[in-house]
Amino acid sequence: MNTEQPLTADTFLAGLWRENPVFVTVLGMCPTLAVSNSVLNALAMGLATTFVLIGSGALVSLLRNVIPRAVRIACYIAIIATFVTVVDYLIQAISLRLYQALGAFIQLIVVNCIILGRAEAYASRHPPLASMINAAGNGLGFTLALLCLGTVRELLGSGSLLGIPLLGPQFAPWVIMLLPPGGFFVLGGWLLLFNWRQRKQGVKIPVAEVHRHGA
Amino acid sequence: MNTPLPLEQTSLPMIRALGLIALVSGVLIVVAYEQTAPRIERNRQQAIDAAVFALLPGAQTRRDFVLATNTLRAATVADQGDRLYAGYDSDGQLRGLVLPGAAAGYQGVVSLLYSYDIACACVTGMRVLQSLETPGLGDRIGSDAAFLQNFHQLDARLDAAGNRPAHAIVTVRHGRRQQAWEIDAIAGATISSRAVGKAIARSTEHWLPAVHAQISLLQGAAHEH
Repeated sequence: MNTEQPLTADTFLAGLWRENPVFVTVLGMCPTLAVSNSVLNALAMGLATTFVLIGSGALVSLLRNVIPRAVRIACYIAIIATFVTVVDYLIQAISLRLYQALGAFIQLIVVNCIILGRAEAYASRHPPLASMINAAGNGLGFTLALLCLGTVRELLGSGSLLGIPLLGPQFAPWVIMLLPPGGFFVLGGWLLLFNWRQRKQGVKIPVAEVHRHGA
Repeated sequence: MNTPLPLEQTSLPMIRALGLIALVSGVLIVVAYEQTAPRIERNRQQAIDAAVFALLPGAQTRRDFVLATNTLRAATVADQGDRLYAGYDSDGQLRGLVLPGAAAGYQGVVSLLYSYDIACACVTGMRVLQSLETPGLGDRIGSDAAFLQNFHQLDARLDAAGNRPAHAIVTVRHGRRQQAWEIDAIAGATISSRAVGKAIARSTEHWLPAVHAQISLLQGAAHEH
């Protein structure tokens, strides 16, 4: 079955906006809720995931004609785990403080379903360049979504952005925004906004695409 | 009826693909490790330096020690596990010790460093290194000024024989502190406060007998390499 799509601007833009992995296909909820309590954490997690998406997309695509269907999941997971290990070392080399703030969620990128979804639905059927561009779009879409959550949560939960106090000393932080319930509230708010906007524009959510990715 | 494919047409491609991926993964991971390891080690050392020098004002260099079979000795690169850090000023005088501690908190392990003064046999400061305590509640163990005040002169004397603490350091409920070895908990964050007390109590019990038995080793180590 040849399902290869031509390389267009949409290869990149689809994941960024129309099929945004968080707001539209609602994938990768574990890191989305867990590490979006500050802008810096959101940015670091988004970029780390983007790196793993691009690296694993390229390698899966390069090896797509060598990997038999029967062992494809094992192969994808091994490839993804490799890039997660690399990004784990890189973040430790950049900043230990950031590494500690992100905790176990760096290692948990291995089981982020956005990445396995891209490997299965796109990289295994497309050449390396298209796979990397598509992965970059999805990775940046994920980063954008985390930043949307991180901005609101840090602003209301700590009264600051990127650690810089903005709301003054009189502001009493809404601590709940930093806790898991705050993550759900803010995600719910953004999903509401996204769906309302798309409904207003008459955009249909690509259900077939959602189902092909799995959960 | 389909005849099954011969073994070399089904198994070999799988083994080849998995073997190839293992090889590529192995090379990528080893290269990344080799490239980042020196930088990661430097970051670790800088983080320890920052914590030790913040806890020991006036200290400019540090020496690391490990405890092996109840005896302190200078740490080598190969030593794993907890270390004691001794801080020295520019004249090579011992300014104090920084010791590690860890205990289970509300959501995960609270790990910390605290400074210890040999002359007064007391804890003189505490710094939380890592904790998963609740933001706004438990995580105040690292920032609450009144709580940190507990660690300015916290009694950690050993008994007459010098084998164990004279009084176990203990966290008491907020507002109930009466003794110099008690820590006044933060109201609303008793479990996290207790974790800090437990971490320091365990650590003093573990390290201090050896520290007091080998004071001259610690005092004379400034210029050794």
